[in-house]
Amino acid sequence: MPKYIIGKVDQIPPGDRKLVEIRGRQIAIFNLSGDFFGILDRCPHQGASLCKGRIVGLVESEEPGQYTFSRQNEIIRCPWHGWEFDIRTGRSRCEPNKIRATQYPVTVNDKDQLTDGEYITETFDVDVAGQYLVITV
Amino acid sequence: MAILSSASSNVIDCDIHPTVPSIDALLPYMNEHWQDTIVQRGVHELETISYPKNAPLTVRPDWRPKKGVPAANVDLIRKQALDPFGTSIAILNCLYGVQLLMSEDMASSFASAVNDWITAEFLDKEPRLRASIVIPTQSPEMAVNEIERLANDERFVSVLMLVMDENPLGRRLYWPIYAAAERHSLPICVHAGSTYKHPVTSVGWPSYYTEDYASNAAAFHNMVTSFICEGVFAKFTDLKIVLAESGFTWFPAHLWRLTKFWRGLRAEIPWVDRPPIEIAREHFRLTLQPIDAPPTTEQFEQLMNHMGSDEMLLYSTDYPHWQFDETNVIPEGIPKDLAIKIMEQNPKNTYPRLSAPLNNGIDQ
Repeated sequence: MPKYIIGKVDQIPPGDRKLVEIRGRQIAIFNLSGDFFGILDRCPHQGASLCKGRIVGLVESEEPGQYTFSRQNEIIRCPWHGWEFDIRTGRSRCEPNKIRATQYPVTVNDKDQLTDGEYITETFDVDVAGQYLVITV
Repeated sequence: MAILSSASSNVIDCDIHPTVPSIDALLPYMNEHWQDTIVQRGVHELETISYPKNAPLTVRPDWRPKKGVPAANVDLIRKQALDPFGTSIAILNCLYGVQLLMSEDMASSFASAVNDWITAEFLDKEPRLRASIVIPTQSPEMAVNEIERLANDERFVSVLMLVMDENPLGRRLYWPIYAAAERHSLPICVHAGSTYKHPVTSVGWPSYYTEDYASNAAAFHNMVTSFICEGVFAKFTDLKIVLAESGFTWFPAHLWRLTKFWRGLRAEIPWVDRPPIEIAREHFRLTLQPIDAPPTTEQFEQLMNHMGSDEMLLYSTDYPHWQFDETNVIPEGIPKDLAIKIMEQNPKNTYPRLSAPLNNGIDQ
């Protein structure tokens, strides 16, 4: 699986997201408190751009009338019909085993870990020291 | 007809209707205050416009006796509802205007009287009969008391409510009723009909009885939605709801719609933690008659595929309502093994008390 350098870590601050294009695919990159995740920017329902959705928390319930709120800013809601997807797994909240957004692993690498030839830099040039985001597509 | 007579010797009819012949028949089952009140006030018969006396639907022509009130005594029920169909067990759902009354106290008195009248005039006289407990839904507290009063008599196998009550049936004010029902292994039978506390359509009163009767299906949509979205089945995980005289062809289409929109809106009802259509298949059962359409074999197979379960339909004649002629309860399109399931196994799986040894509540 080819690895692509998609940018410097500090270009996507915590809580933010960025749309990148890799081999013709639109991929939304999310920064959840320093953990990075890549999701195909295409809702499995009708193809809306997930990157344009609202980032929300997770509402669950032990029993009717009781609400538990957790995982603030770890769920992306599709801008079209509100389907929720777990940014960490790509799985939908409604039917996690059946409906999911395609996920691509994103890693953080120091510049000196990036060996010439192993990484593709079609979208970004590595020219200074620091940490870079690498996605496997 | 051929299917029915040859397929099964354990036919369980989940929806037949005895008629209260007159208010006088209930007086012996009321206390002195209510006996006197009814006579002094001149309270008239509590018939509802859900089934107008002379409407063709209300009583099949050959089931209208020459004299007297249709379906009002055990002999008529034996002769017309049990024997011709080879029925081994039939469940009486008495549709009397108890739920329409404005006074909780009066409703409670009438509910108890109807239940005691059913016991004395039907259950004590005919071992093939069972009944749903009529409850005063005007007061959930009194409704629970009535369930508790009768729950030891296992000839009462479910609890009767109308599809159009004063509030959506999933609301928490009704939950004490569901807790009591679940505690005593009693499914809730939600039957067509209205308390007429609201118009029978959500935009007002229709002009004609045809509209009134057909609009029950929309009310069933709404109540299925209410039960699921309010979280009744998240709270009462063993509760079954029997939709009676509801039709069933609408069921899959409505649940596709509910499931579709739940996917995007589920965060407002997080206790609905799996697709509504799955919850519905587990908790709802639907009686057979009236069948909304006369399906061919292919159409029926397709419909059953859409239902996604062969465990949901319960055999019913809906006696004395005119839904079919002769003994053609089960349409030609239904395959024989499914017909047997509908007649025997599905009712037994729905009403736990039909499988348990019978206890009439009297100490042995």
